[in-house]
Amino acid sequence: MKRFLVLLIACLAFPVSAQTGLPPAPYANRQLDDPQQEAAARELMEELRCLKCQSQSIADSNAPMAGDMRSQVRERIAAGETPEQVRSWLVERYGNWVSYNPPIASAVTWPLWFAPIILLLAALWLARGRFRKPKDDE
Amino acid sequence: MIAETGLIALWLAAALALLQFALGAIGLRADRQEYFKAIRPVAVAQGLFVAFSFLLLIWLFLRSDMSVRLVVMNSASVKPFIYKFAGTWGNHEGSMLLWVTVMGLAGAFIALFERSLKTRTLVATLAAQAFISLGFYAFLLVSSNPFERMFPIPAEGQGLNPLLQDPGLAFHPPTLYFGYVGLSVAFSFAVGAMITRDVGADFAKAMRPWVLGAWIFLTLGITAGSYWAYYELGWGGWWFWDPVENASLMPWLAATALLHSVTVLATRDSLRAWTLMLAVVAFSMSMIGTFLVRSGILTSVHAFAVDPERGSFILALLALYIGGAMALFALRVGTVKEGKHFELVSREGALVANNLLLSVILALVFIGTLYPLLVEALTGDKLSVGPPYFNLATGPLALMLVAAMAAGPLLRWRRDNPKTLLNRISIPILITAAALFSLVLFTTGMSVLALLGLALAAGVAVASFAPLWKRNLRRTPLHTYGMVIAHFGIAVALVGMACESSFTEENLVAAKPGDEISINKWKLKFDAIEPMAGPNWTALESRITAQYGDGTIHEIAPQNRMFAAAQTQTSEAALLTRWNGQLYVVLGDGDSQGRWQIRVWWKPFVPLIWFGGILVALGGFLAMIGRLRRGYKQRKQREYAEATI
Repeated sequence: MKRFLVLLIACLAFPVSAQTGLPPAPYANRQLDDPQQEAAARELMEELRCLKCQSQSIADSNAPMAGDMRSQVRERIAAGETPEQVRSWLVERYGNWVSYNPPIASAVTWPLWFAPIILLLAALWLARGRFRKPKDDE
Repeated sequence: MIAETGLIALWLAAALALLQFALGAIGLRADRQEYFKAIRPVAVAQGLFVAFSFLLLIWLFLRSDMSVRLVVMNSASVKPFIYKFAGTWGNHEGSMLLWVTVMGLAGAFIALFERSLKTRTLVATLAAQAFISLGFYAFLLVSSNPFERMFPIPAEGQGLNPLLQDPGLAFHPPTLYFGYVGLSVAFSFAVGAMITRDVGADFAKAMRPWVLGAWIFLTLGITAGSYWAYYELGWGGWWFWDPVENASLMPWLAATALLHSVTVLATRDSLRAWTLMLAVVAFSMSMIGTFLVRSGILTSVHAFAVDPERGSFILALLALYIGGAMALFALRVGTVKEGKHFELVSREGALVANNLLLSVILALVFIGTLYPLLVEALTGDKLSVGPPYFNLATGPLALMLVAAMAAGPLLRWRRDNPKTLLNRISIPILITAAALFSLVLFTTGMSVLALLGLALAAGVAVASFAPLWKRNLRRTPLHTYGMVIAHFGIAVALVGMACESSFTEENLVAAKPGDEISINKWKLKFDAIEPMAGPNWTALESRITAQYGDGTIHEIAPQNRMFAAAQTQTSEAALLTRWNGQLYVVLGDGDSQGRWQIRVWWKPFVPLIWFGGILVALGGFLAMIGRLRRGYKQRKQREYAEATI
């Protein structure tokens, strides 16, 4: 089974790269053999922006560049990198634009992550005022 | 001639809107009864003229009149009838004309049928409605004339964006627009009531059907849009927290909150100022949604108009209406009493929890959607806020909201005993705990949010029927059934969402005809691939035999379509629906070895997402019929009583 797959990858990779002139992207539309690695790669791909598209993740885009990025992500995960390492490598190359998950420890994006707590507290405070005064019945 | 007639009708409608506004404004100031009498027929005439103008635009599209610029840019003579028809609003100008048409017709409808509101409030409402319409008329006539001619006349049009060439186009935009416009009516009611300082249960009862109607349409529109994206884009995603999706979700969240607070106002004459505020917010959200989508500030398939002039025009309208309404609210809120008191553990208390949670979720969606724009404007840095943020920020709140939804309908108005509540919801709590326990035991790899969501959905599904417990089912009012079905629909949709995110299986292969693909209990045989031709496209169609574990066999044929006019490719996914899920098969590109990329997904229970959405809308519809019937009966009784005195 393994040998067959390797053969298949080999057949797939070369003619595609020869045809399009792009760097070979063997894993653009191929899953990793290890289901756990594939799941980790899949989860990460859903959180990465396709840079050539309007509003899609690389996990669901037909653009060739998204295919290249999928292949990169899978290869790096298969080589043993953690999803966060792959993500920071991509952020280094393309900036925060590429990741749909804004970092918490950043001067620009931390308010986003604190907004839920602040808003919830504000809502509770608002409600408290509503229930506090039992004086006027109409 | 047709185009010119349409333009004249549009100008006349705009003039009538101006007249309608003037009659209302001057009439209220001078308190002139004859002005009040005149405003109703003017509103009806305005509605008729703008509807006539829209019909003529449809006619131009159906005839493929290539002397009209809009038709040339967005249509082609060799296009199926339904897309010529729906293509009328599949573009910027047409969709704006649709908006103002629905608004004009809504005004006409109020003028003809609204009888329970005080005359002064009704007049103020119609004047406010005309004032909003005027902005859109100005927008259409100044910068987006749909009837503009083109010379020389080209032989053929440029066609419609292939992604939009789908039956979804006939359905999705109009339903959302009905929803947006319904909220504009609720807004006009709120403005009318603020002007005449007449905020109370009667006002709430007059406004409620419009809120309910808008909410039903928004629910259907979002559900349809989600399913459309799911099958059309070919990757099986049903919600991506895309800014355009958020633009339709925000008005829905506000409308949901408004729907619940207006019920408190109508039943208990409480939460007056809060309801007014929500009405203002709900309409603001639909305006902001329109601005975000139409201005091209978020480039996407929805932004037909990437044009800064139009963007600034909508922004100016936005500032005028929202700013004006907020100012009016600030001026009048001091004179509006909040109304009757209630305690924390009460039906009102649960509805306040509903409102606060929905408002916080709304604020988070709003912040998350606009944050990247803000940061880019201030620092020039580009950043993305997407599903990981929205799921984590709003998911837990949404689950709290669902829990409140289970408990709320079982509470009494004004004051209730926490212990008896616990008694009433002990069974749903047990079911949730049991579901949670068995899910933890028997499944792997579920996220915490999906786990809690699925367990909670099981309990809430049961709890949503609890309001019918020990009641005489034949004497239970229709709107109670509506609430039960809508709440049950939320639980159903939640099951679909949790299952889709947790149990989806994926298989990506490169296959030759004759190869087999397997996923879950399915065995797929790739039989053949054949070229075919449609009215305005050519395609490669794959023939696949799909066999389920129990032996049933289905033939499916996913396609890869090429549209001649636009030189674009779309993939037409093949979907096989069973009671326990959906098989999703997509044909990708081929390689030089004769192999084809085939993507296969098995998505357990995914149709429940949209089925739940439809149930929610159906519940709303039943509630609306129940309320309208009850209102009609009460009015007849009152009239009868007055007549016999």
